[in-house]
Amino acid sequence: MSSTPDLGQPVMTTLAVADPGGLIQSVDWVAVAPPLIAALVGLVVLLADLFLPDARKKTLGWISTAGLALSLVALLPLATGGTRSTFCLPDAGCSYVADRFALVFQLLALGGALLTALLSLHTVAEEKLPGGEYWFLLLSSAGGAALLPAARDLATLVIALEVASLPAFALVALRRDGRGAESALKFFLSSVTATAVMLLGVSFVYAASGSIHLTAVADGLAHAPAQLKPLAEAGAVLTLVGFAFKVAAVPFHFWVPDTYTGAPLPVAGYLSVVGKASGLAGLALVTTLAFRPYGHTWGLVLAVLAALTMTAGNVGALRQRAATRYSAVRLLAWSSVGQAGYLLVPLAAAGYAGSAQPLGATVAYALIYGLVNLGAFGVVAVVARSGATRLDDFRGLFARDRWSALALAFFLLCLAGLPPGVVGLFGKVVVFRAAVDAGLGWLAVVMAVNVVIALYYYLVWTAKLFAPAEQDRPEPVAGRVPGPLAATLGLAASGAVVLSVAPELVLQVVNGALF
Amino acid sequence: MNAVLIALLVLPLLGAALTLAPIPDRLAPRLGTAVTGAALALSIALAAGFDQDHPSRMQAVTDVSWIPSLDIRFHLGVDGISLPLLVLTALLTFLCAVYSTRRMPSGDGVPGARSFTGLLLLLEVGMLATFAVLDLVLFFLAFEIVLIPMYFLIARWGSGAKVFAANRFILYTLLGSAVMLLGFLLIGVKAGTFDMTRLADAHGAGLSHTTQVVAGLAILLGLAVKAPAWPLHSWLPDAHTAAPTVGSVLLAGVLLKMGTYGLVRVWLPIVPDGAATFAPYLGAFAAVGILYGSLACLALARPGAKGDLKRLIAYSSVGHMGFVLLGIASLTQSGVNGALFANIAHGLITGLLFFLVGAVKDRYGTADLDTLSGTTGAALYGRAPRIGGLLAFAAVASLGLPGLAGFWGELLSMFGAFDPAAGLSRPAFVTYMVAAGIGTLLTAAYLLIVVKRVCMGDPKQPAPVTDLPDLKAYEAVSWTPLAALTVVAGLWPALLLSLSDPAVKHLLGGG
Repeated sequence: MSSTPDLGQPVMTTLAVADPGGLIQSVDWVAVAPPLIAALVGLVVLLADLFLPDARKKTLGWISTAGLALSLVALLPLATGGTRSTFCLPDAGCSYVADRFALVFQLLALGGALLTALLSLHTVAEEKLPGGEYWFLLLSSAGGAALLPAARDLATLVIALEVASLPAFALVALRRDGRGAESALKFFLSSVTATAVMLLGVSFVYAASGSIHLTAVADGLAHAPAQLKPLAEAGAVLTLVGFAFKVAAVPFHFWVPDTYTGAPLPVAGYLSVVGKASGLAGLALVTTLAFRPYGHTWGLVLAVLAALTMTAGNVGALRQRAATRYSAVRLLAWSSVGQAGYLLVPLAAAGYAGSAQPLGATVAYALIYGLVNLGAFGVVAVVARSGATRLDDFRGLFARDRWSALALAFFLLCLAGLPPGVVGLFGKVVVFRAAVDAGLGWLAVVMAVNVVIALYYYLVWTAKLFAPAEQDRPEPVAGRVPGPLAATLGLAASGAVVLSVAPELVLQVVNGALF
Repeated sequence: MNAVLIALLVLPLLGAALTLAPIPDRLAPRLGTAVTGAALALSIALAAGFDQDHPSRMQAVTDVSWIPSLDIRFHLGVDGISLPLLVLTALLTFLCAVYSTRRMPSGDGVPGARSFTGLLLLLEVGMLATFAVLDLVLFFLAFEIVLIPMYFLIARWGSGAKVFAANRFILYTLLGSAVMLLGFLLIGVKAGTFDMTRLADAHGAGLSHTTQVVAGLAILLGLAVKAPAWPLHSWLPDAHTAAPTVGSVLLAGVLLKMGTYGLVRVWLPIVPDGAATFAPYLGAFAAVGILYGSLACLALARPGAKGDLKRLIAYSSVGHMGFVLLGIASLTQSGVNGALFANIAHGLITGLLFFLVGAVKDRYGTADLDTLSGTTGAALYGRAPRIGGLLAFAAVASLGLPGLAGFWGELLSMFGAFDPAAGLSRPAFVTYMVAAGIGTLLTAAYLLIVVKRVCMGDPKQPAPVTDLPDLKAYEAVSWTPLAALTVVAGLWPALLLSLSDPAVKHLLGGG
C-alpha cells in the first residue's frame, strides 16, 4: 500500500512492503467501539436466533435496541476527549479517524438506527417478519453507516458504504409480497450500477494520485502530471456518482418512492435518514478531503445537483394525489429527495469556499432532519397499522388520536421550517447562510423558492390532520398505540421540542472545526 | 419590570398548554377569561410602571443570548411605540374571551370550547410577542405564530366559504413573511446582528445602499401584505367575512397592526435608504387604498348590492389602514405619530364595529345589508335602541368625527403628507393628501348610509326576525371599554402622543 506505482513499468519487489514491522498496528479499540459494537451485537442476534424458541424471539429486538443504545454510549468517551485515530500508516495517514465530523455522523447513524429499531419492535411482530434476519441486517447496516464517516481511505469508504447498503436491500425485501420484492430489486439494480461506476472512479483516482488515503489523494492530485488530469477528473466525477446515488440526488432519485412504499415503514424511515446520512458523509469526505484541489469543479457540479434535487423532490411531492394508495409514504419519499437537495447546498458551498467550514451547516441540518423525519415516519407507521396509507386517511386524525396528530403536525412544521417547528427553520437558515457566504446567491434564491413550494404540501397535510373527518367513511379501528411506538414518538417529539427551544444544542456544530 | 413583560408572554402560553389537558369544555372559556384577564392586569401593571418621562428608552428589557451560533438574542423590551399596542392587544383579547364565555361559536362539526380557548391564548402569545421582541428573527417567529391559531379560527369556527378564506389568508401572509424573512436574513448577514435596537441606532450605517434597497423592498412587501396595503389586500375581505366575530375583532384590531408596527419598528429606522426609495410608492398605494376601500364600501352599501356588513367593515379597514400607511410613507414625525395613533384608534373602533356587526349577524342570522334593512331600514334605533346607538357611535367615530379617536390619527397622517420629509417629492405627497381628503368624505358617505339603512327605518315593517333582544349584559361588558376608550383617546390625544412622539423622534434619528 505504501509503494508508489510507477506507471508503465511493473513494480517488482520481493516483499510487499519495505518495513514489515511498521505494519503491526496497535488498534485503538475505544475509537472503533461504536461501529464495532453494532456489528458484534448483530452477529450475536443472528446466532441467538438459532437457539431461541419462537415464543421468545421478541427478546432479539430488545437485544438489538440495547446494543444500539450501547454503541451510542460508546460515543461519549470519544466526544469528551480529543480526536483519536487508528489503523495508521507511517507516511500516508490513518484509515480510521474519530474526529468531530465522524462523531456527529455516527451519532446520526446510530441514533437513527436506534429510533428505527424502536419503531420496528412492533412492525416485526405485526407483519411477521423473520426476526433474526431483520435485526441482524439492521445492525450490520447501522455498523456500516457508523464506520463510513470515520473512514479516511477510499477502500474503507467503499466497503463501509457497501456494508451499509447491502443489508438494506434485504431489509426492503423482507416484506414478503410482490411489492417488497419489486422495490428491493429496483433498489438493488440501481445501487449496484452506482457502486460499479464508483469503483471504476476510485480506481482511476488511485491510478492518478497513487494513494487511496484521502489526504494523500489530495496531495497526489495536486501534483499529478498533466496527462493524468483527465483521468483524475473522470475518476473524481465517477466516485461522486456512487455517493450521489445514496443521497438520492437527481438523477439517481427514481428508486426512492418505489423503494420506500415497498419497504416496511421503519426501513423506509431508516433509508431516508441513515442511508442518506452515509451517502452525505461519504460525499463530504471525498469532496472536501480528497478532491480539494478540484473545489470549483465539484462545487459547481454539487450546486447544480442540489438545485435540481430540491426542485425535483419538491415538485414530485407537490404532484402526489391525496386519494391514491401509499400517497403519505410517497409524499415523504419525495420530500426526502427535496431535503437531500438542501443538505447538498453547504457541500457545494464548501467547494467554493475552499474550506470545510460550510459543512457544519450540512451536519446540523442532517441531525435535525434525521430526528424529525424519523418522527414523521413513526406517526405514519402508527396510522398505517389499520392499513391507512393515503394522505386522506390522515383527515381528522386530531379528533381520533390527539397526541399522534400533534406530533405529526410538529414534525411536518419542522420539515417545512415554520414556527413552532423552530429548529427546522434555523436549520434552513444556516444552510441558506452557508450558500450566501460562499457567494452562491443564485442557489440561495432557488432554495428559498423551494422552501416556499414545500410549505404548501406540508401545510396541506398538516391542515388535513385537524380537518373534520370524512362523513361517509367508517372510523378506522384505532387501537391503543403500542408501547414501543409511543415511546419512539415521544422520544422524537420531545427531542424536536427541546431543540426548538434551545436550537443552540445542534447549531453549535456550525461554527466549530469538524476535522 | 422585565419579569412582568416575560410573565405577560409566558402566562397565555401556559394557559394554551393547559387546554391540551383534559379539562371539561364547560370550564375552558372561564380559563380563557381568567388567563387573558391576568394578562390584561399585567399589561396595565407594565404601563403603570413605565417611566413616562423617557418613552423613547427601551424599558423592561430582557437581553440574553439564545442561539450564539447565529447571534440571535432573546431580547424583549417596550417603549412608547409598543406599550399602547401591548395594552390594546391584552384588552381586546380579554374582551374577546369575555364575549366568548357566552357566545361560543357552535354548530355541526365545530370543535369544542377547549380548542377554541387554546387557540385564542396561543394567538395572544404571538400578538403580544410581536410587539415585545427586539430581535428580527424573534419578530419573524412571533409574526408566524399568529398565523396558525388564526387559520384554525377561520377554517373551523367561521361561516360561509371559510376553508377557502382561511387558505387564502395563510397563503398570502406566508408568502409575504417568507419574503420578509429573506430581507431580515440579508440584513443579519450583512450587518452581523439581528438586534433591532442596535440596527435602529445605526440608522443603516454598515449596510450598503443596495442592501438597504433590496432588504427594504423585501420587508415592505412582507409587511404590506399583513397591513394590508392595496393591491395586496384581497385576502382581507374574505377572511373577515368568514371569520367568527372574535376572529374578526382580533384580525382587524391587532393583526393588521402588526404589519404597520413592523414598518415603524423595522423598515423606517433599520433600512432608511430603502425606506426613502420606496416611500413615494408606498404613499401612492396608500392613497389608492384609501380611495379604493371607501369606493368599495360605497358600492357595498348601495341598496340592492347584496353587500355583507362584515365585508363592508373589512373594506373600510383597507381604507383606514391606508391612512396609517400614508403617515408612515411621509417619513415625518407627525406622519408616523399619526400612523401610530390611527393604529390604536382603528383597533378600538373597528374592534367595536366587528363586535356590533357580529351581534347583528347573530340576531338576524345574516349580515346581508339588503336583507337586514328591508324596504325602509332595519330600524335598530326603534327595535334595539342600545345596539343601534352604539353602532351609530362606532360609525361616526370611524368616519373621523373630531372629539373621537378616529380624528387625530388621520389628521396627523394627512398633515405629514402635506409636508413630507426632505428628499420626498412634495407635489406627489400633496396629491396623496388630497386623495386621502376625498377618501374621508367618501368614508363619511358610506358610514352614514350604513347608519341610515341599519339604525333608522320603520320599526313596524315586516322584519326577518321578530324577536330582537337589545344589548345583553355580556355584550355591554365587552363593548363598553372600547367605546369609553374611543372617547378618551379622542378628547385627550396627548395621552398616546406623549408616549409615541419621543420614541418616533428617536427612531427617525432625531434624538
